[in-house]
Formats: sequence, structure tokens, C-alpha cells
Amino acid sequence: MSTHGQLKSHVLEEISKATSLTELEDIRINSLGKKGHITLLMKEVGQKSPEERKAMGAELNILKDTLTEAFDYRKAQLENAALNARLASETLDVSLPPRPSPRGRIHPLSHVLDQAIHIFGQMGFIVAEGPDIEEDFYNFTALNIPPEHPARQEQDTFYLPALEDNQPLVLRTHTSPVQIRTMIKGKPPIRIIAPGRTYRSENDATHTPMFHQIEGLVIDTSTHMGHLKGCLEEFFHLFFEDSSIKLRFRPGYFPFTEPSAEVDMWWKESKWLEIGGCGMVHPNVLRNCNINPEIYQGFAFGMGLERLTMLKYGIEDLRLFFESDLRWLTYYGFEPEARE
Amino acid sequence: MLFTLSWLKEHLETSASLEQISEALTNLGLVVDKVENKAEILAPFTICEIIDAEKHPDADRLKVCRVNTGKEILQIVCGAPNAKTGMKAVLALPGTLIPSTKQILKIGKVRGIESFGMMCSARELLLAEEDNGIIELDPKAPIGESYAKWLGLDDTVIDIEITPNRGDCLGVYGIARDLAATGMGVLKPLRIETIKEIFPCPISLSADSNACPHFTGRVIRGVKNCPSPEWLQRKLRAIGLRPISALVDITNFFTHDRARPLHVFDADKLKGNLAVRLSHADETFKALDGKTYTLSKDMTVIADDSGVISLGGIMGGDTTSCDDSTQTVFLEAAFFDPIRTAITGRHLGILSDSRYRFERGVDPASTLPGLDAATQMILEICGGEASEKVVAGQVPDLIKDISFHPTRIKSLGGLDVPLQRVNDILKALGFTVRNNEDSLDVLTPSWRFGVEYEADLVEEVLRVEGYDKIPSLSYGPRPQEKPLNPLQERRFVVRDKLATRGLIEAVTWSFISHELANHFGGIPEALRLLNPISQDLDAVRPNILPNLLRAVLLNQNRGIDCIGLFECGPQFTSSLPNGQHMMATGIRAGFIHPGNWREKKRPVELYDAKADALSVIEIGNLKPQWDRTTPQWYHPGRSATLKLGPTILGYFGEIHPQILTDFDVKGPVVAFEIFLDRMPFPKRKSTLKPSLILSPYQAVERDFAFIVLKDVPADTLIKAAIKSEPTLIEDITIFDVFEMKNNQKSIGIRVRLQPKDRTFTEEDIQSLSQKIITSIAQNTGGVLRQ
Repeated sequence: MSTHGQLKSHVLEEISKATSLTELEDIRINSLGKKGHITLLMKEVGQKSPEERKAMGAELNILKDTLTEAFDYRKAQLENAALNARLASETLDVSLPPRPSPRGRIHPLSHVLDQAIHIFGQMGFIVAEGPDIEEDFYNFTALNIPPEHPARQEQDTFYLPALEDNQPLVLRTHTSPVQIRTMIKGKPPIRIIAPGRTYRSENDATHTPMFHQIEGLVIDTSTHMGHLKGCLEEFFHLFFEDSSIKLRFRPGYFPFTEPSAEVDMWWKESKWLEIGGCGMVHPNVLRNCNINPEIYQGFAFGMGLERLTMLKYGIEDLRLFFESDLRWLTYYGFEPEARE
Repeated sequence: MLFTLSWLKEHLETSASLEQISEALTNLGLVVDKVENKAEILAPFTICEIIDAEKHPDADRLKVCRVNTGKEILQIVCGAPNAKTGMKAVLALPGTLIPSTKQILKIGKVRGIESFGMMCSARELLLAEEDNGIIELDPKAPIGESYAKWLGLDDTVIDIEITPNRGDCLGVYGIARDLAATGMGVLKPLRIETIKEIFPCPISLSADSNACPHFTGRVIRGVKNCPSPEWLQRKLRAIGLRPISALVDITNFFTHDRARPLHVFDADKLKGNLAVRLSHADETFKALDGKTYTLSKDMTVIADDSGVISLGGIMGGDTTSCDDSTQTVFLEAAFFDPIRTAITGRHLGILSDSRYRFERGVDPASTLPGLDAATQMILEICGGEASEKVVAGQVPDLIKDISFHPTRIKSLGGLDVPLQRVNDILKALGFTVRNNEDSLDVLTPSWRFGVEYEADLVEEVLRVEGYDKIPSLSYGPRPQEKPLNPLQERRFVVRDKLATRGLIEAVTWSFISHELANHFGGIPEALRLLNPISQDLDAVRPNILPNLLRAVLLNQNRGIDCIGLFECGPQFTSSLPNGQHMMATGIRAGFIHPGNWREKKRPVELYDAKADALSVIEIGNLKPQWDRTTPQWYHPGRSATLKLGPTILGYFGEIHPQILTDFDVKGPVVAFEIFLDRMPFPKRKSTLKPSLILSPYQAVERDFAFIVLKDVPADTLIKAAIKSEPTLIEDITIFDVFEMKNNQKSIGIRVRLQPKDRTFTEEDIQSLSQKIITSIAQNTGGVLRQ
């Protein structure tokens, strides 16, 4: 009995003193391993008399369980300590920056176009497009601007060599030819917006030879100037996310609309800014597109995309839109969106 | 159109304030650009006389002047080269704020000599841009008087924009009429002149009605062409015109007061009678501006026996102009055709106040009243006696008769206006109105051009009533379809896709210089602009890449070495609509990223451009083929064309080193171009995906390395492997490629095999491996590396 008691306390002491898992494992092998003291003792039990066997067996089993428990406990302790030590040694500087993700940007003009299409889309407009190189007929004549009309001089037009039929070709000076193409091809009711590149021979601080317009056209039997005002007011309220924006419609002149209006926006509590032109489609334009002006009417409007972008995002220099300076594009550009 | 407030009030009886008038003008469609009162800033400046000017003892360029201010004699040191004894000048006394410098003038010492004031240049007073010495005034300018007052600048100057349809408002009277219609005041009637015609006109007229439907005039003899009276000079100066002589100033006055240009010939210089006719080709004409113009056929000219002496409605001639010695004049008033005037003016590049008005339309009924009014003023100012008038042709009838349904104001303009008010407005604007049962018969006034339809009358009523009165209506039915069709939508998707890959979107000119285009296969004649704005932008771009290469250069010059740009926009192969192609084009130059503590900076490579290109193609869910024939701007060995059958979808590759040299760009540079409108759409886009069967059995990976000839594409190897067991091979990754001797290379692939119905045994794997090896050997000549 006492030998077992001594053995027990000896092994328990060794266990508690073990400082590493390997040391602990050695102790376990020495005591409970195949050739360990206790294993050997347990083998001896079989040679004893039944009475002794019973008593010793029970005693040794208890010893074995006690030691196993002690081993497991110490092992968990040491493992925990080892883990803590490892964790302590594995500290990283979390202030270091991660690998950077790609930082692409969408040009502010595309971003604003996307917004404008979305807003007009909700009002039932669909996008129509036409070529940048236009026939004189679509760019001018069909829009009630005959060759000698003074309005032609106000638009510095780029010309390209005429086609074989002598039809002069121009870089479109507005996106209005898209209206003509849409009316000639389609039938009322029509409700389109025509965004795109436009060109005029001007190059100074506030004009670039290429710029972007977005125009709208509605043709049906009853749309009038009240709807035109309502439509543009709704657009500007949504676009600038401010329903207190004030617009002013004042008489203007465009050969392709009658009545015509210029649209001004009250800007920063200080001044009226011209932001677009509009009006009811001129009866001659409807006639030129084989639409009967006795039955059909509607409105058209147009505005500059650069202007809208500059006003909304506080961009000052028009020329930098087209410079491709990465610093500018990164600063004023927009994060891409996830699309389907 | 410039005019002064007091000038306006000569035609308009009104108690309205300047502010009310400005607002009313803008609401009428005569938008006020600027309202300016120079009198305020010019108030302290007076007229002085230089009694004498002597050289400064210590400075060659300076003069010491004694100046008579009207009250005292002051000593002033002046640096202007034009300061001289006896000259009248504009004086600023100490304490005056100088407009150009915004500084207060002080008594100063210039090189030891005290100066008690300053004589000003036009630039210092902000009256001119350039500096031409101090202002030299008319010798008769009154000493001591306010400069602004003498100049006629003590009046508010209003600048309004006149749209091309409102030629009638290019005269102050027309503006007054519009204002009167809004109730802003009462239009004063014009004085009707009765001229005492003393003698028959010695000159007779003839006119080709194509050139000029109505041509009138008369001789006035015994005139004295003196400087015009002060009131007239002031008016002209106030609107920026230089007074010349009474005869010329009087015609300028009527141009701006009544929008009625006139012309005075020195009758003693005329040879025989006058004829208005169309010009012959190559006739020449020396105009008042001193230039000689060569005319082309069919321009409107006035000729005497000596030939062309005036360009009708545009500019008079040098040989018959009036000067100080003129004693007999022939005064001309005519109606020149707007279109012919516009063509001639534009063709010859002559801008004049007269052309500006005739091409917009001058009131044809104002010819004879204008002739008489100007005659009267000449008689009053220059003396003399008038002949009978001579007339060729007659007043053209341009009056339109419009049947106007007042309900159109509501149905087109959205505003209810009472019938009486409609009548009042139209009559105040000069229309003649006759009321019928449900419509009005409206005759347009002779001075209004471009009023032809009901819509025009709706605008007339609305602009006087005020567009602000039209109630805004919420706008109509809501959408039935998406605003973008799939092709349009695709551009936005592509933009987001490429930006997500780290590329930055640029928008560059649709223009290019044809010289740059030559590096990209040249440019058809049809895309060369006939009137380019500069050599740099003289053609429509056949390709976006040159613009992006220039953008790369610009950014490299600013020290940026990680460049990734794309543009989604048009390029052109011809000037026909089908020659315009919507492209997604991108470029990467230098490094893919700037490097960081985890990764070194990595130069861009072909495969970056390939990934960009495929990310675009992927949107169309397409499986393109490729080949090695690429356009000349790519490196021939490091580029490919992406195709779908015979259709070229686009290209990617390294930019040819010669192009980089030509563009002065530092490499490496890779690029891609995708023709977005050539990417087909599935017939009907289904949202359904084929159902996924997940195998419960473990997948196995095996690595192989094959030796193949260098020109065998890795792609072929992969295809050969897949072909051997298309159902069980789930994925193949190339994990290693290196070049070996003897024109060979090694390609390492990892094949992932996915059993479908039972776990693979070692024998299964062995046999599958053998199938792969055999297929690769047969299809590519590849040998397994041991």
C-alpha cells in the first residue's frame, strides 16, 4: 500500500514539476506507458491470488485514473501556456496598411449622365442616340434652320467633306438631330432623351470644341408648357437633391421651338445662372418629320452635361474635364458601382 | 444692343425704376446682360489743359507739365510720350481712387520734382484694354468740366442680348414698344416729318428687285459737315461709338434709335445715276474700312457710272464717302433682302451695324419715314435744302395674316389669358387684330420678322404676360420600359467593370491630328475637318489609343509611373453613321501598382491588358477565339486579336516600341480595344442557370509538366488535356512556364479531377493521367517531363 502511495505522490510531483509537453510525455511513458511502472505493476496483478488480485486491481485502477487525470490536467495547462507564449510571440503591427485594392474611377461626366438617365428614366423617358457626324439636313435644315439663317452663324460648326450627293456633313452642334431622326423613324407618342458628344469651333476658358449635351423631346397631343416647366423642375430638384431649387423660365429664341424659353437657376442665393434652353416644338420641325402639327405637339429641352457636373460637384475648370490628368480624374471621379 | 436709360425715356414715358425696367426686359426675352453707370467711378475726373510740357531735368522720358484745371494751375510730372503743350487731358487730383489700380492717388515726388495730380490713360480708367498714353481730348473739350458728363457717360448704360428674331429691338424705339406692351410706360409717338422739297432730285434710281425691292433717296445740297452737336456725340459715345461727323453720326443715330440703317454719299463724288443690282463675279470694291474686296456673283451692290460704290446694306464705299468738305449729299434709305445681306456679309467677312440689322430684318415700311426723319435732322444740324425724293421699287409686303385661336394659349402654352387681354397685348405690340367667333384674324406688324404661326402668337402673348405665370404641372405617366437598351446599358456596365479593375475613366477629344493618326493606320480624307480649330485637332479620330497615349505622356511628365486609363467612346472609320464604332479602349503604362511593404512594384505586362479585354468580353458571356494578326501599333509577338467567327471583337497587347518612341512615352505600355457594338447579345436573356450537381466524392489533383516546342500555345495544351476526359476534368491551372534550350519550353499544369459516381481508385487515377499524357502528346507533341 505504502509503496503505491509513495509511487503516486512521486509521480504526481513529477507531473506538477514538468515544464514542457515532452517532459510530461516522458513521465507518462515512464509510469503509464507499455513498460511504465504502473503498467508493469498492473501486469503483476494477474499472478496474485484472487483476493489480492481484486484488492490490488481496484487500487491500481484508481491510481491509474488519478494519474491520467493529473497528466491530462497538466497537459492542458502546458498547452495553454504554450499557446499563450506563441500568441505573445506572434504579434503583428496592425497599423500597417493592407494590400491596396485597385482604385479605378468613373469620369464625373459618365456619373452625371448615369444620374440624369436614371431621373429621366423614372419620368418615362428612354435614351435615343444618333451619329456624331451628321448630315446638314438633320443638324440644321430639318430643325427649321435654313442655310442663311442667322442662328447658323451663332454656332461655329465643324465641317467635313460632303458625301457623294453633295449633302454637307458636320460634327453635330447639338444633339437635336437625334430628335429629328427619332421623329422621322417613329410615331407619337414620343418621349426620349438624347445625350451625347457635341462639337462647336470654340476654344477658350469656358468653351471646349467638344462638349456633351442632354436633350429631351416629348410629342403627343396635349403636352404643353406647364408640363415642360413641371418636368424640368422635377429633374433639377432630383438632380441637385434639393426641392427648394428655383427655376426661371424667360422668353428665348431657338429656331426649332415656339414658344421658346431659356431656363435659369437661382444659384447660391446670389444670381441667375443659365442652365438650359427649351420650348414647344416648332410646327415646321414637326412638318419636316411628317408629323401633323394640327394634331400633335410637345416640348423639347436641352442642357450641357459639363455645366450640370460643374454646378453639382463644384468643379471650376471646364478644360480639365478632357485633359486626362490622373490627379484630377482620381479626385473628381467616382467609385464604380456594382451592376448586374 | 447698348442703349442708355435716358435714351429709352425719350421714347417711353415711364416712372418705373431701373430695376423694374431691367426685370421687365429680361421677362420679355430681351435679357439684360449688364447695367453699368460709369459716371460713378469716373465722377472725380475732370477735363484739364496742358499749358506747357517741358522735359524733366533728371529724366529723359518724363515731362513736367503746368496744367490748367479750370480753377488753378498745377504742376504735374507725366511719363506719357504723347503729353504735349496745349493738349486737353483727363485729370485726377490727389485723393482720387484710380479704377485700374484701386489705389488712392497721392501727392508725390518724381525724381525730385513734386507732382500734384495725374493725367490718365484710357486703361487707367478701365475704358480700354491697351495703354496708348494719356487720353487726348477734343481741343474744344471744356476745361474744368466733369469728364464723364462731357463724355455722355453720366447715364446708365444697359446692354441687352437680342435674339436673331428680334431685329426690331436693335433700335431703342423697338425696345420701348415692347416695354410699353407690358404696362411699364407709354410709348411716345414718333414725330412725323414733312420735308420742304425745294428742287427735283438730279439723280435717278433704278433697282433690280432681286437685289433690293425698295430703294429711295434724295439729294440735300448746301450742307456743312460739321462735328455733330453735343447731345448726339454723347449718345454715341455712351454706347461705345466714336463720333465722326454730323452726317455720319446722324445715320448711326437712326441705326441705333430706329433700327433703320441709312447711308450718305457725297453727291459731288457720284458719277451719273445710281443703280442697285447684283454683282458680277470678280468686281472689286474699296469699302469705307479701307479694304478692297473682290466680289462674287449675285451680291447686292449700288453702282454709278464708275462701278460699284457701295455694298447694299453692309458697307459704303471709300470713293464716295463724306468728309469735312462735303457740300451735297445723297441720302439713301432702302430695304435690302435679309438672306442676300447675310450671304454677302458672311462671304466677305464684313461685320457692320447695318449688316447686323438688315440680315435680321429691317422694317420695310420704315424706308420713307426714315429717309424723311434723317433728312430733317441733317437740315437741322448741317443746314442746306432737300430735293424731292426718288424711289425705285416698292415696299415689299411681308405682312402675315394669321388665323389665331386664342384657346391655343392654354393648350400649347398652359396659361389662361382673357380674350380682352390677348387683344390688348397684340395691339400694343403693333399687331392688327380682328375678332371672329372663335378665332382672331391677326396681321403682323411690318417690323416683325419670323412671326408666322399660331405658336408665334402664343409666345407673344406669353412673354408679355410672363412665363412665370404659367403653372407647373406634374409630369405625366410613369415609365413602361427601361431608359437604356441593352447596348447602351452595356457601356455603363463596361465602365464599372474596368474601373473595378483599377482603370480610371478618361474622356478625350473625338478629334486627333492627322499626323498622329498616321501612326495608327492613317485617316481617310472623309474624316479630315474642312475648318479645324487647330492643327492638333484637324481630323475625327479613327482610334482612341493615340489620345490615351498622349494622356500617358502628360501624366508621365508629371511624375506618375502607375498609369491605367480607359475611355468608352466613339471612333470612326468613315463619315457615315455605320462608320462610327463604340469602343472600350484602355491603356496601362509603367507599373501595375506603386508597390508597398508587402509587394514590390510590378511592371505592367501583356497579361494585364488581356485580363482587361476579357473582363469586357465576359459581359457578353462570349467565348472568343484569338489569332496573332494584329494592327501595326501592337508588338507583333506580344499581341492578339479576339474574334468571334469572322468578327473581330478587339485586340490586346503590348504597344509597338516604335510607337512609344514616336509618342515619347516610356514603356512598358499595354493596351486593349474592344468593339462594344460588335459583341452579340443572347437572343433572349434568360435569368435561369443550368442546375448544379454537387458530387459527394472527393476531388483529386495531379501535377504534370510537359516539354513542348516554344511556339506551341499553352492554350492548345490545355484544350488537349480537357479533350481527353471532358466530364471528369473540373479545372486545369497552369502553375509554371519556363523556357528551355533547343527552342523548347516546359509547361506545368495542375489538373483537378472530380469523380461523379464513386471515389477514384489509384488505378483510375493512373489511367486518367495516361489519357491526358497521350492526348497532349498526340495534339501538341508534348512530352511528360520526368
